[in-house]
Amino acid sequence: MIAIDIKRKLYPAKGKADNHLVMADFQLAVNSGEFVCLVGPSGCGKTSLLNIIAELDNDYEGHIGFGQQEKPPKIGYVFQNPRLLPWRTVRENIELAIAQKPSSNNIDALLDAMQLTPFQHVYPERLSLGMSRRVAIIRAFAINPDVLLMDEPFVSLDAATARQVGHLLINLWQQRPHTVLFVTHDLREAIALADRIVFLSPAPMKIIAESTVGIPRNERGNEQAVETFRQRLLQDYPEII
Amino acid sequence: MPVLSLLALLVLWQVLATCLNSNNLPSPLVVGSVFWQGCLSGQIPYHLGVTLLRLIVSFSIAMLLGCAIGITLGRNKKLDSFFDNWLVVSLNIPALVTVILCYVWFGLTEVAAILAVVINKLPNVVVTVREGARNLDQDLLEMAHCYRYGRKKTLLHVVWPQLYPYVMGATRSGLALVWKIILVVELLGRSNGMGYQLHLFFQLFDVASILAYTIAFVAVIQLIEWLVLKPLDIKAQRWRR
Repeated sequence: MIAIDIKRKLYPAKGKADNHLVMADFQLAVNSGEFVCLVGPSGCGKTSLLNIIAELDNDYEGHIGFGQQEKPPKIGYVFQNPRLLPWRTVRENIELAIAQKPSSNNIDALLDAMQLTPFQHVYPERLSLGMSRRVAIIRAFAINPDVLLMDEPFVSLDAATARQVGHLLINLWQQRPHTVLFVTHDLREAIALADRIVFLSPAPMKIIAESTVGIPRNERGNEQAVETFRQRLLQDYPEII
Repeated sequence: MPVLSLLALLVLWQVLATCLNSNNLPSPLVVGSVFWQGCLSGQIPYHLGVTLLRLIVSFSIAMLLGCAIGITLGRNKKLDSFFDNWLVVSLNIPALVTVILCYVWFGLTEVAAILAVVINKLPNVVVTVREGARNLDQDLLEMAHCYRYGRKKTLLHVVWPQLYPYVMGATRSGLALVWKIILVVELLGRSNGMGYQLHLFFQLFDVASILAYTIAFVAVIQLIEWLVLKPLDIKAQRWRR
């Protein structure tokens, strides 16, 4: 599980801008194997939160706990941009992320699941954005992470591609349930993917509402069900818009 | 096309030489025969070899040292701002001054000669590589950190490919610069090598020999470009669209 307790996170003043307080007394607990979507307006501090969890940002007051694990957890991070090394092929990009000698079976299976096997020896510049995002997702899964952080991985994909990649993502996740924190500002996407949705306020970021998604996994593809649930959420928590 | 333009140059030279009919501009044929005689007697290969050896040694030292310093300064703001003025000063010291000072301080030795060339070339390499190190993609470095690449992997797969164009630029401009400085170094304080020979021919007004040696040297540098640098470039750039 992840226990997030951030007392204070601010971006120091630069030039004429004042200090920007991103988070104050922010607490959130995520259970092992839980798929949590964070939904909030852009600029509210979601990416900052993921960076703190991934230890990319240590400039904050507070603590991130990962339960009683002895070793620090393995973290797979799907960034907002795919962040692939342009000078390494798709396969090399995936292999480089893996610490031990990579098992090729595992990578083959992941490539297959994301329908990228024909492109494994291609350089990222030749891929479409959707394909690059899928490679980034494979890379995150390939390290067999304890925690998976995903920062709007489907943004700027067209709806059909986003739905398809989302479907592939859930397939992978169901085979090996990791703890997932998924940032998005698309409520429909959150309902289709999450166990639990956490709604966040503009900075300084606070939790304004939480909701467990009550639709069984096998009915998430049904757009009518998702839409009904979304309407109900908007009714129950008008402040989330 | 390149063959044609070279031929045109030769024809122009021949016409000029015929019109002037003077020892100060021997025709290509005369120069060619001097070149051939020099090769047969072993004079040109010997002096060319000596100069090339100095070139390789001083150039390698300057590149290695320059890359190390350049990366350090590019990644460390405090060091960079401290040493920036040193760099500007050393960039602006005339090559001739360093050569003379090295000979005065360390005697007319091989070490002094190499040192003079290295000191001349080093600031150029540092400035170019520093620019590359400053422009390293922060996103990719974060990705490497998150996926626990470690020092060696990060340097090899993330940092080096980004520095490569800068190092290549420093190599190209460096090669051209270094061999010209070496001639001065040899002219002033060595008893062999191209520079020494040119000095000798100058005293004898032997223009044909001067041209023959020059052509030999330019040809060798061009060969390095074709046989070493170009293939390296093609290999390193193959990921680009």
